[in-house]
Amino acid sequence: MFRTLWAPLALTPLLWLTLTLAAFAFGQAVQRLCRRSPLANPVLIAILVMVAILKCTNTSYAEYFAGAQFINFLLGPATVALAVPLALNLNHIRRSLRGLGLALLAGSLTSAISGVAVVWAMGGGREVALSMAPKAVTTPIAMSLAQEVGGVPALTAALAIAGGIIAAVVGRTVLQWFRVDDWRSHGLAAGVAGSGVAAAQIAPLSGVAAAFAAIGIGLNGLVTAFIVPLVALLLPMK
Amino acid sequence: MPFALTVLIGAQLAGEVLRRLMHLPLPGPVIGMFILAVVLVTRAQSWLTPTESGPSALDKTATTLISNMGLLFVPAGVGIIAELSVLRREWLPIVTGLLVSTVLGLVVTGVVMHKITRRAELNSVLSTGDSNNEDVR
Repeated sequence: MFRTLWAPLALTPLLWLTLTLAAFAFGQAVQRLCRRSPLANPVLIAILVMVAILKCTNTSYAEYFAGAQFINFLLGPATVALAVPLALNLNHIRRSLRGLGLALLAGSLTSAISGVAVVWAMGGGREVALSMAPKAVTTPIAMSLAQEVGGVPALTAALAIAGGIIAAVVGRTVLQWFRVDDWRSHGLAAGVAGSGVAAAQIAPLSGVAAAFAAIGIGLNGLVTAFIVPLVALLLPMK
Repeated sequence: MPFALTVLIGAQLAGEVLRRLMHLPLPGPVIGMFILAVVLVTRAQSWLTPTESGPSALDKTATTLISNMGLLFVPAGVGIIAELSVLRREWLPIVTGLLVSTVLGLVVTGVVMHKITRRAELNSVLSTGDSNNEDVR
């Protein structure tokens, strides 16, 4: 009885769409309950809930994605939408152009090289190391870069989101330890180290931070697109 | 709303077309973001001008999308389920690499940016008396 009911329902993408939305709403409710603590990250909560549901119902990722792709599609327009805080805060950006360029370059290099180096030094495989290299950039860029240099795109996507969650969770605290206390630096660092996930955490707090996060995401993609193939060339074969 | 969505998805389409034509290594939406930013600054300032009833339609739609961006990452993030075997095998280097490189990238970007802009600002405050600081706390 359960089987026959479940099977036609599982075929409809609508179910996975609804569950994904509900899981995220649940994550947001948990974060509100935890007094908006960045530790209770709604993205992380929603992913854990969905992975548990897929495991329990023995559903393949492809079947899940047939429904969830409609949410995934909105990533495109949402990325484009970052142009709005960018345009509204152009004056702030113009005024700190030199710092922006240097910080971006330093941050991109540090995060691409240190990720590969740590995985390599700790005995991780070449594929894993190369999947780590582009993980700081926004998920769609990261995946196409991983593909290009011989990493695993799906692993890179997961790493990109996990890195974004880490940056969202610890970002403001860690930067305050280093006495970084302006929205421009917080926004840029979130965009460069944690791409969209960390930007989503910080953007609602300040328009200036959102603008610098947008710049960070876009330009980091550009810079990393040049760094990662070089890192891949320099990484010795095992 | 229809106007705002047309602008956003239109810019994404333009980015996608440009990417194919010029074989750019960036995804369409990121190119689209830069195209829209340039258009908004040079030609279409009116799209962002607030109306009597508050922010413009494009501003409102963009803000809604951005403040809920987290949701949009969930489907791709669930993709981790297909990589659980690699994760189980090499979890230590993966977790360490992820933590170290993310925190290092964050700190280096934030500190370099902060130091340079703070210095530039001190100079401009000294010369013009103009200060534009919004503090995090």
